[in-house]
Amino acid sequence: MGKYIIKRLIISIFTILAILLLLFLLLELLPGTPFNDEKLTEEQKAVVMEKYGLDKPVLVRFANYIHLMLKGDFGVSYTMQKNMPISKMLKPRIQVSISIGLQAVLLGTIIGLVLGIIASLKHNTWLDSVASIISVCGVSIPSYVFALALAYLLGYKLKLFPILFNPSNAAKSSVMPTIALSMFTVATVSRFLRSEMLEVFGSDYILLAKSKGISDSRLIVRHGLRNAMIPVITVLGPLVVSLMTGSLVVEKIFAIPGLGSLFVTAIQVNDYNVVIAAAFIYSVMFIAVMLVVDILYGIIDPRIRLAKEEK
Amino acid sequence: MSLIFKEDDFAFANKRKGTNDTYDISKESFAKDVFTRFMKNKGAVISLVCIAIIIFMAIFAPYVNEHTYKSMIIEHASLPPKIPILEKLGICDGIIEGVDVYEKAGADGSYYLFGTDTLGRDLWTRTWVGTRVSLYIAGLAMLIDMIIGMSFGLISGFFGGKVDLVMQRFIEILSGIPNMIIVTLLVLVLKPGILSITVALLIKGWIGMSRVVRAQVLKLKEQEFILASETLGTSSANIILNEILPNILGQVIIMSMFSIPDAIFTESFLAFIGLGLQAPMASLGVLINDGFKSFLVFPYMVAIPTTVLAILMLSFNIMADGLRDAFDPKMKEM
Repeated sequence: MGKYIIKRLIISIFTILAILLLLFLLLELLPGTPFNDEKLTEEQKAVVMEKYGLDKPVLVRFANYIHLMLKGDFGVSYTMQKNMPISKMLKPRIQVSISIGLQAVLLGTIIGLVLGIIASLKHNTWLDSVASIISVCGVSIPSYVFALALAYLLGYKLKLFPILFNPSNAAKSSVMPTIALSMFTVATVSRFLRSEMLEVFGSDYILLAKSKGISDSRLIVRHGLRNAMIPVITVLGPLVVSLMTGSLVVEKIFAIPGLGSLFVTAIQVNDYNVVIAAAFIYSVMFIAVMLVVDILYGIIDPRIRLAKEEK
Repeated sequence: MSLIFKEDDFAFANKRKGTNDTYDISKESFAKDVFTRFMKNKGAVISLVCIAIIIFMAIFAPYVNEHTYKSMIIEHASLPPKIPILEKLGICDGIIEGVDVYEKAGADGSYYLFGTDTLGRDLWTRTWVGTRVSLYIAGLAMLIDMIIGMSFGLISGFFGGKVDLVMQRFIEILSGIPNMIIVTLLVLVLKPGILSITVALLIKGWIGMSRVVRAQVLKLKEQEFILASETLGTSSANIILNEILPNILGQVIIMSMFSIPDAIFTESFLAFIGLGLQAPMASLGVLINDGFKSFLVFPYMVAIPTTVLAILMLSFNIMADGLRDAFDPKMKEM
């Protein structure tokens, strides 16, 4: 187990380095500079370039950059909020994004579990079909479609919730984004749980438990659900990905001051450092979740670990 | 006490008259079998029909009226949909709150089936031209999966050892980088457009496929018929092409179908955050993004392209599910 964890850790570190290099090189190639203002003379440009260290060779800047990144210093913003340290800009935004993301996961998992259990217990009835339709729609329809539909129906027509995010009323404002983001979670969790439950219910130990005469609720929760839940952990990976991409568009639709909207704005105004910082944070979160999922799964199901070690 | 059995004390259980002892083995070919199973799946067939209709519309629909995707008549801006037969029923008649906006705009007698956008461009034409982009992306995703993903998986799985080790570490690092980050940064460097979206898909679109193919190859490699081929001195290329490939083709087709909705989504996602095709080009994502800017006032502008996109993605997903069930009925409950 130790060997497996160490191997996964090393790969993760290399991935982070690769991401840093990629971010750096790609942004080197970006068209335009942050100083596209025509009023600046060449000398003024040179002075500004020197001030921000943009005149040094690429490798030196890259080495400096890694050093700073590891300290958590992402530099200052060039254009969005001039000279504002990026770590200061990021902090409140990450909190907003993460809290909405967590709400979405929580809501989605609860609804997904309920749907999955109903679908498997009422296998091949209309309830099962409804659950299947919901899960297929949730997987295939992008979250911004749900977001737009919610904003129009609940926000504009029925005026139940504010369409644009209002920080003074964060709880009410985050209802619609949370629902829109949670659709994918609902779909994947219910779909996965349904097939796992069906498999578990076909197994011998459930037959044994039944023949011992235990109550239905105990059978479902203690014997069925507990075993069916184990593989559901694998959906965590795709889930995080969908939350990340989802957050970009959903934050744009509801004007949420989160990490996603910051990333999109920074891309549009060519604010190098902000783009790098946001992309880096997204990547680190992604890698961390993947690492945890892999290790957890290795602990829960040793077959996975052994199979990977063999290769 | 001893038992004495006579010959006719025993008879075959379940033996019916007129049957031989040999089993009745169906002689239907695998392809035909798959086809019959697929056709029995109602959802999958409906999806196939939907996709066929959308492809048909994407090819021919832009030519039914005189507008092109970029021609604009500024007086006709923001007209709601008006459809010849439905207008008599009081829906889609071009009247908003009692005012005939078509008459007001001087567009009496003309019909914009999907309405016009804020610049007076015909949304019917733009929607179907935009659908072409999504379909191009779909085809591209399949091709990338088939060519890059499959060869990567085949080589990695078949040769094993150091080759496999290097290739797998490469994939592990590559897959650790979120797709969204690669795609956005790449599109940023190469100007937004169809080329950069293509390149973005090339970088990571094939990883899932290569993993599935590799796992399949590893399984097949241990089987006797491969060993037999090797013993007979068949070259590696020959074994891969003639022995392994036909056996994994079903899996490959299924996987490539599943990657289509992902690719279509990636394009629309990029367009939605402003990194898609540039004006005056249209794609479904671009239309949704344009419509979003005024979607509270003119909801039809975003509703129509969104519906087409949703139907397209839903159909590809359900069809891929149907194909998987048809190829491998055992996996149905997965």
